[in-house]
Amino acid sequence: MTAPVIQIDHVIKSYTAGVPVLHDVSLTIARGEVVVVCGPSGSGKSTLIKCVNALEPIQHGRIVVDGQDLASKGVDLPRLRARVGMVFQHFELFPHMRVLDNLCLAQCKVLGRPRADAEARSEALLERVGMTAFAAKYPGALSGGQQQRVAIARALAMDPVVMLFDEATSALDPEMVSEVLDVMVELARSGMTMMVVTHEMGFARKVAHRVVFMDQGEIAEDSPREIFFEAPRTERAREFLSKILTY
Amino acid sequence: MSSFDFEEIHRSLGYLFFDGMRFTLTLTFLAALGGVVLGTILAIIRQSGSRLLSSIAAGYVNLVRALPLVLVIFWFYFLVPYLGQWLTGATRPVHVGGFASALITFIAFEAAYFSEIVRAGIASIPRGQEAAAMALGLRSSQAMRYVILPQVFRIMLPVLLTQTIVLFQDTSLVYVLSITDFLGAAAQIAERDGRLVEMYSFVAVVYFVFSFTASQGVRRLRAHIAVPH
Repeated sequence: MTAPVIQIDHVIKSYTAGVPVLHDVSLTIARGEVVVVCGPSGSGKSTLIKCVNALEPIQHGRIVVDGQDLASKGVDLPRLRARVGMVFQHFELFPHMRVLDNLCLAQCKVLGRPRADAEARSEALLERVGMTAFAAKYPGALSGGQQQRVAIARALAMDPVVMLFDEATSALDPEMVSEVLDVMVELARSGMTMMVVTHEMGFARKVAHRVVFMDQGEIAEDSPREIFFEAPRTERAREFLSKILTY
Repeated sequence: MSSFDFEEIHRSLGYLFFDGMRFTLTLTFLAALGGVVLGTILAIIRQSGSRLLSSIAAGYVNLVRALPLVLVIFWFYFLVPYLGQWLTGATRPVHVGGFASALITFIAFEAAYFSEIVRAGIASIPRGQEAAAMALGLRSSQAMRYVILPQVFRIMLPVLLTQTIVLFQDTSLVYVLSITDFLGAAAQIAERDGRLVEMYSFVAVVYFVFSFTASQGVRRLRAHIAVPH
């Protein structure tokens, strides 16, 4: 078996001295795996995903991404982050730049790619997410779903080894959720390693290899998709599923 | 004194504008430019991680904002030659012209105000923008330069320009150094010809027209550049 892309070992994190938001969390994601992380709000799932690219520091434990320990001395965090794509709940496109420039910025400034190469790569990715026609537009002129598709393309432009999705569809109007999920499903089927924090159980059913259920800062269950949906091992997961799948 | 003499104004226009107003506009422009640059640096230092540097910058801003401008102009003019002497190790106080002294003072003074504007601007950018920049692998300095500051200047441009209009008026305080700015030029002619009413009225009208026109322009700009988020 090849080395995991993400390895989280006994991570403890608290924001202030007090109740930890992550309490002894361990999780491994192998290359090509699609792992959905779900759970009630406040369960720590968004915090966990932000720890994976060191946007949030941890107090104890170890996180290894693509063979690099985030806490090791001399680790170049910006370099490492460049290889970890991240998609945010609120898209976070840069509003003062055209769509194409949003995609090119980090390619040029971080990877040192020549502008022409960066544009070619960007255009290919915009086509992949169906946003070619919007390359010269500013993000403000796009709908939420369109912005999120651009944000996914922007993350992919860095040729990441893993993609993190932090509630990527939670801020969207209902009619725009599926256009973003379609892109994510296509990405999953292309073999991309993905860690996806979401409430979209339809997405999990379709492409997840494993479903991780978090509750109160702990991983309560980590099961293959079929088991999680057919026969969840824990009472808490069963309760959660019955609540969100009622309607 | 005879009736209002428009001819007096007409005769003085060349001196008033080519000597006086040119100085005033040059000083305003350079002081605003220097103030924005230094103010931005102060703002970045204040929200940087270093507590020591941050409190030094904060102390500077608070000190400057607690002093009357005219006092600082005066005080600085007499202090700078000795400061120059001390810095260069010269045997005599270093001669610094009125323009250089005034410019340095205004830059130092305006930087404190501009830094507050820029700081408010940085605070108004959603935290997620920085997180997104970092997640793409940009370093903090790159995130600031390519992502945060361009948005800050766009949002804050009207406020920065309004502050510059105030600065334009404040530059008249250089009269304490007997410098020929626009007001200074008018004052000289007024004294020489005994035409105080004409000259000071004209100066007031010109300041009003310049400032009012500029603020109307800023108002239009404000409507024009709202950044959609």
